[in-house]
Amino acid sequence: MAQAAAVAKPPAPPRRRRASATPRRLPYLLIAPAALLMLGFIAYPVISVFYYSLQNYNPTKPWRNGYAGFDNFVHAFTDDPVFWDTLTFSAKWVVVEVGLQLLFGLALALIVNQTFVGRGLGRAMVFSPWAVSGVLTSAIWVLLYNSQTGITRYLADMGIGSYGTSWLSDTSTVFPAAVVADLWRGVPFFAILILADLQSVSKDLYEAAEVDGASRFKQFWHITLPHLKDAIILSTLLRAVWEFNNVDLLYTLTGGGPAGETTTLPLYIANTSVDAHNFGYASALTTVAFVILLFCSMVYLRLSKFGGGDK
Amino acid sequence: MITKEATETAPAPAPVIADPPRPLKAGRNWDEVPRWQVYLPLSIYLVFTLIPFYWILLFALRPAGSTSLVPWPITFDHFEKVWTDRAFGTYFQNSLLVGVATLVMTTLVALAGGYALARFNFKIKQGFMLALLCSQFVPGALLLVPLFEIFAKLQMINSLGSVIIAETVFQLPLSIILISNFIKNVPYSLEEAAWVDGCNRFTAFRIVVLPLLRPGLIAVGSFAFVHSWNHFLFALMFLNNQSKQTIPVGLNTLMSADSVDLGALAAGGIIAAVPVVIVFAFIQKWLITGFSAGAVKG
Repeated sequence: MAQAAAVAKPPAPPRRRRASATPRRLPYLLIAPAALLMLGFIAYPVISVFYYSLQNYNPTKPWRNGYAGFDNFVHAFTDDPVFWDTLTFSAKWVVVEVGLQLLFGLALALIVNQTFVGRGLGRAMVFSPWAVSGVLTSAIWVLLYNSQTGITRYLADMGIGSYGTSWLSDTSTVFPAAVVADLWRGVPFFAILILADLQSVSKDLYEAAEVDGASRFKQFWHITLPHLKDAIILSTLLRAVWEFNNVDLLYTLTGGGPAGETTTLPLYIANTSVDAHNFGYASALTTVAFVILLFCSMVYLRLSKFGGGDK
Repeated sequence: MITKEATETAPAPAPVIADPPRPLKAGRNWDEVPRWQVYLPLSIYLVFTLIPFYWILLFALRPAGSTSLVPWPITFDHFEKVWTDRAFGTYFQNSLLVGVATLVMTTLVALAGGYALARFNFKIKQGFMLALLCSQFVPGALLLVPLFEIFAKLQMINSLGSVIIAETVFQLPLSIILISNFIKNVPYSLEEAAWVDGCNRFTAFRIVVLPLLRPGLIAVGSFAFVHSWNHFLFALMFLNNQSKQTIPVGLNTLMSADSVDLGALAAGGIIAAVPVVIVFAFIQKWLITGFSAGAVKG
């Protein structure tokens, strides 16, 4: 038994062969550049954010600078309605974006995984927004949503809606308008990842299911979806973190407005530190954001039983 | 947790995505879906994808003030204006420099780190892996202030070097994980055979492993390029001098003007899109191969 287990285990990659070829220091030398860069430009900034979060630190008001204890945190949780607003909006934004992107991305991947005439070109076209930046996405949708020469003008020409409508400056339409713009760029991300994972589904499974008379939906539900499970969990997690953190699109498309309606927590933090120069408070908010991300990720991985696999 | 299954994944270099020359045979086949079920949803989605692209082309090519839905008569005035008056020529050079430098640095550093992770056991390996994974949760945007202070101390504000370093650093963790998975998929015995033939470790790596890493390197390198080409906040924060700025910052300036020059904005957007679209067309096939071999399952 024990022997069988030992054989079945994949061979550990790092056997150290012949000392002559491998000075013991080599692995350390190899990771040194990456480790130094990350220590200097990720670890050190993170630590200084934790440090500043306990300080009053505002370069424009140096007379107030100094140790603040947990004042910044207390202020955020008890005294700052904007913090709660931005937190709620962040959650709404991430859930809606990731959910819709996954849904459309999955459907799109299943479609372009079929064999059909023009598949290569079709794939290239539907995936292409993936390469477009957040700022460029904003530029494109600013043109589309423009109140004078945008899409509403032509809709009004056809009798739909009225002239001069600006979806981005109306609090009731700004959220769906921004969601659609970000979907345009985000769906290909999921489609590409899921399509990649679809390549490794064994065709034998489908043929067997076919012989057993399983419907196409049953094949999808019992073969495809379980196979994709880990990829879906991991890509939704990465995307959720990314959607939470990324400020490019909202910063340039709506600037967080109108009336703070589309301000995420990171956008609020950027404004607090860049415009208001309140680095201490911004650092405390950053710490809160970091803890929330870490906590949600762990809960998500635990709940989804990542890697537990019922394959 | 990402690397757990690495040893189970298929050998990396097989380009699984290439359309198989499968004859369309009559009769039931498991993947024979009625044609309309493919073409109808695909067409609807294509309309959604392509209208925005058409829209920006339309604004870039039609004369200012025109409301025609076809770009006729075609004019290139907007491009000329943006390229020279709005300094997009300079921005283009800067963005290209940042993109290529980030690509080279990320690939080299990640190759070294990825090789160490794939082929050696060493004391801090687990800790290093954990640091790579955790850094995925660290938002670069939230570290703007401390990063600014570091670059100020290094006297690198207003130098493209600051942006290149920042882009590289945040690109590294994922790149190292990806590359180490690709290297794990290359059998160690191939390298060992080369040593027996008298190659040293580096030569063996260069001759035997490197050619097999091509899909992985293309995926990682193009990510680094596209990402740094597109990224906005670091350039906005660290580069104040107009002659040092990059294309996304230029686009943002055009957008935040009091009265937006839509033609110029559209032409600037096209200039921003051209390099990434070329890269994308070139790597599209490799991207899916690269992902299926290394990223998600790995």
